[in-house]
Amino acid sequence: MHVRDSSVIWVQVTEAELRIEDVAAWVASPECGAVNLFCGTVRDRSEGRPGVTCLEYEAFVDQVEPRLWNVAEAALDRWQVLGRVALLHRVGTLSVGETSVVVAVSAPHRQEAFAASSWCIDTLKATVPIWKREVWEGGADWGLCAHELSEVADLAEST
Amino acid sequence: MVQLRLFAAAREAAGTSVCELPGERVGDVLRAASDRFGPSFEGVLEHSRVWVNGEPVGADHRLCVTDELAVLPPVSGG
Repeated sequence: MHVRDSSVIWVQVTEAELRIEDVAAWVASPECGAVNLFCGTVRDRSEGRPGVTCLEYEAFVDQVEPRLWNVAEAALDRWQVLGRVALLHRVGTLSVGETSVVVAVSAPHRQEAFAASSWCIDTLKATVPIWKREVWEGGADWGLCAHELSEVADLAEST
Repeated sequence: MVQLRLFAAAREAAGTSVCELPGERVGDVLRAASDRFGPSFEGVLEHSRVWVNGEPVGADHRLCVTDELAVLPPVSGG
């Protein structure tokens, strides 16, 4: 396994607004002809919960960046042609339309960029200790689409 | 005594995000937590992962005083 450093991986958990343009600019690289950037944004509804007004993201903050790093490293091991990987997650209270998560990867060609980006968001959602609380017209409660917390190494082997 | 950190539904059921509890092994601390916080906490605990110092562990894992336990209910980031 190669050792990866902050020249190819950018991970961050923050209460500040996620600046998509900055991530897109950072992830681009001269050897890469493809940049795939996925944003998760706050939706105005959830299953059985119309009129969502905001999401409150709680995190085990000390452990988020180490786990994001593990996801990025596993992606770089799996798709060795990747240039850079950026995984950023916002915490705190977010209004409808705001960006909660950004996944960006660069690769020589689009197939690897799409595949790695998709794998990264799925793996992030299963392995990083973050919880969303939905606030809607009828109340407030934890998000319904929750996954039992997994380890990146287990997912990297099995998928 | 070891430090126990609680998140999301576990924090809510316990009414606190951090506490100190006695126990030689992970299972002892979790039993002490269930006794203190009651059935709604126990219900959340059944579906949660437990980490010590950021790593997943089983109930038999032996603890030392500087260890930090965390109860992590199913996650929903993204």
